[in-house]
Amino acid sequence: MSRRFNRRKFLVYGSASLGATFFLKACASNTPGDTAATPGADSSPAADASPAATPAAATTSGDTIKVGILHSLSGTMAISEKSVVDAEQLAIEEINAAGGVLGKKIEAIVEDGASNWDTFREKATKLIDQDKVAVVFGCWTSASRKNVKPVFESKDHMLWYPVQYEGQECSKNIFYTGAAPNQQIEPSVDWLLQNKGKEFFLVGSDYVFPRTANTIIKAQLEAKGGKVVGEDYLPLGNTEVTPIITKIKQALPNGGVIYNTLNGDSNVAFFKQLQGAGLTVDKYPTMSVSIAEEEVKAIGVEYLKGHYAAWNYFMTVDTPANKKFVEAFQKKYGKERVTNDPMEAAYIAVYLWKQAAEKAKTVELAKVRAAAYGETLDAPEGKVTVAPNHHISKTVRIGQVRDDGLFNIVFATPEPVAPVPWNQFVKETKGFACDWSDPKKGEKYKA
Amino acid sequence: MLTGLLDGLFNGISIGAVLLISALGLAIVFGLMGVINMAHGELMMLGAYTTFVVQNGFKKIGGVGFELYIFVALVLAFLITAAVGLLLERGVIRYLYGRPLETLLATWGVSLILQQFVRSLNWVLVIGLVLFSLLFFGGQWILNQRTSFGRVRNWIVAVLLLLSAGVSFAVGKFLGDTYKLAVTQPWFGAQNVDVTAPSWLRGGLPLGNFQLPYARVFIIVLTVVCVLGVYQFLQRSVWGLRIRAVTQNRSMSACLGIPTQQVDAITFAIGSGLAGVAGCAISFLGSVGPNTGQNYIVDTFMVVVVGGVGNLLGTIVASLAIGTVNYLIGSGTLALLLSAVKPLADFFTFFATTSMAKVMVFALIIAFLQYKPAGIFPQKGRGVEL
Repeated sequence: MSRRFNRRKFLVYGSASLGATFFLKACASNTPGDTAATPGADSSPAADASPAATPAAATTSGDTIKVGILHSLSGTMAISEKSVVDAEQLAIEEINAAGGVLGKKIEAIVEDGASNWDTFREKATKLIDQDKVAVVFGCWTSASRKNVKPVFESKDHMLWYPVQYEGQECSKNIFYTGAAPNQQIEPSVDWLLQNKGKEFFLVGSDYVFPRTANTIIKAQLEAKGGKVVGEDYLPLGNTEVTPIITKIKQALPNGGVIYNTLNGDSNVAFFKQLQGAGLTVDKYPTMSVSIAEEEVKAIGVEYLKGHYAAWNYFMTVDTPANKKFVEAFQKKYGKERVTNDPMEAAYIAVYLWKQAAEKAKTVELAKVRAAAYGETLDAPEGKVTVAPNHHISKTVRIGQVRDDGLFNIVFATPEPVAPVPWNQFVKETKGFACDWSDPKKGEKYKA
Repeated sequence: MLTGLLDGLFNGISIGAVLLISALGLAIVFGLMGVINMAHGELMMLGAYTTFVVQNGFKKIGGVGFELYIFVALVLAFLITAAVGLLLERGVIRYLYGRPLETLLATWGVSLILQQFVRSLNWVLVIGLVLFSLLFFGGQWILNQRTSFGRVRNWIVAVLLLLSAGVSFAVGKFLGDTYKLAVTQPWFGAQNVDVTAPSWLRGGLPLGNFQLPYARVFIIVLTVVCVLGVYQFLQRSVWGLRIRAVTQNRSMSACLGIPTQQVDAITFAIGSGLAGVAGCAISFLGSVGPNTGQNYIVDTFMVVVVGGVGNLLGTIVASLAIGTVNYLIGSGTLALLLSAVKPLADFFTFFATTSMAKVMVFALIIAFLQYKPAGIFPQKGRGVEL
């Protein structure tokens, strides 16, 4: 057989690969990833409101305000981030239907970060320099946020970040609408101490968020008379949890609290095997910080019934604003869809930015930033206020998984909790605070 | 002390059983055939998805029928993954025998394709694929009936490829535009799906102060059944004899009239089918999603390599040994047992977290392979070429 690559072969293979490319493209253009970029194309009343991701419109029209949406629509994080994009698109569509911002319609430019932190940086630069957007809503993982942070800071631009995170950050150019640690973890530990027991076992995935969270929990328990009887970390994606369950049984033979900061696939394995090993919810209640309505659906209600989760928002929150939000969301995306905390935080981020822009009467970055401080909104989760430290005050809630996979809210703080980005339990940042309304104070000052 | 020992033994065996059942198919494919199949994990993932589909089907029936769905799921998972494996062997791997590096890369590519396939599987994709295969392969078959076009054959194939790709593209596009979400909505999506074991597999059998999880017991039984089945098949059946013959000496077997190509196809299909059964089993313990297979692939290769390539007994011993060691170190049992000897206890306490236990196990394996490079039971004789 001749190994020579002659002209005929070249033509044959060339046309074959061309054909294959077309074919794959045909499939790709119908995959959910792309429809996600332009939802609304399928629901006719929304069609005019979402010219998303159409660059032609972006360059020609002068009576719109361009905003960037930067999330992963492909790769591992697409699971979570796609629904956040849905929520942001919904908010933009609602604002446009009500007349837009400063008399102009908002035009969303959706970029895919592809679960790759370098891509996030490139796309952020592109949105700012090329599309000249007024603001960017985006990111999920701390890694992606840390990667785009220098971009937003060097260009003095603005990012709204919608996910609960580990704190220890307070950038001038980022607004954080998810929970700071003191708005999720600390109240839940207090609640567990009062209601469920003093002995804690900490389980987490082996990366920055769970380890930081557990440092906080340990310091807090020490200060308040609780006790950590053991802790263990699973590598991301690990699904063999038998050794951990044995350790829990050894450390807590008569029952106790399990504080769970696992992320992703490990959660499924953990709860499935927890039940098999006979660690039932009445003796071993579990508090999770990364299991929301969507995750419950993926793990299976049977395994999670009765366990607890701490968030600022649950789909079952009883406020008029939430009723409206859930109704509008399900109308647009389908009855079987659920809403969760990061989606709500992303949804209100758009509204908060709109309010700030209207108060400032411009979309100019510095003025919007100054105008944002003190802005309040009747959000689905209750009243929220933007603090000068770029985080927002939020109500903290604890929910218990019920039969239909939603949460029964068993506790809520009476007032919204003010955000504390710098951790007061960790030695290095104890006593520090952040205030961007006063140029002398800034990112980190000794309070 | 006794219950502690029993507990340790049972847990070690149950971790080992999960390793063994996921490695069993690979032991055949990699061990007997020498094919480095990086898509083994994805075949398990397909088995898990089959379980999910069967479960949803049986949910509609409800009642006692639902409780028994896993037996249907096991059989279907075996058949479907075996079929996919057969397709993979006929379509890709048979062109790459004797070229391990290319096999490795090709099967890795296949694994990525399979992952994305379950993410974006929808009616448009299915219809497009079926139409394309019908047009392209059907057209080729019809053309092959006529033998007169020898010289221009390649041209005709190329044109056929373009035509069928174009037609299926157009039909897919048309369907997508006409029926919108009804056909473009993915069946599974990128999100993990929920496989809930029937109620008799949830919970466990209380024994003193510890509890045997039914799902674990079920997996141990299933593993034993699979191992015995494979053993019987290889030792007692005609095809098993042929497989062993081809493994030992391919050219001699061919000379003696054994259809080696069929043997290859059947061996690969059985190995893939076992991966499907494993996928069904692990869906009761872990998550089911497009990435599920990735969580198991490293462990399965580890087991087969430690056990010794080409040897089922080695795989069994290796998986049980790795499972037990992993459990003893990771759960801190070893540190507890050695608490009398302070420095040793401290040493093992340091390794008594899940991450560090893995480090320790890998270190032990590397040390072991230095001492015995071909695994626990190295293959002897003429057939050894690896």
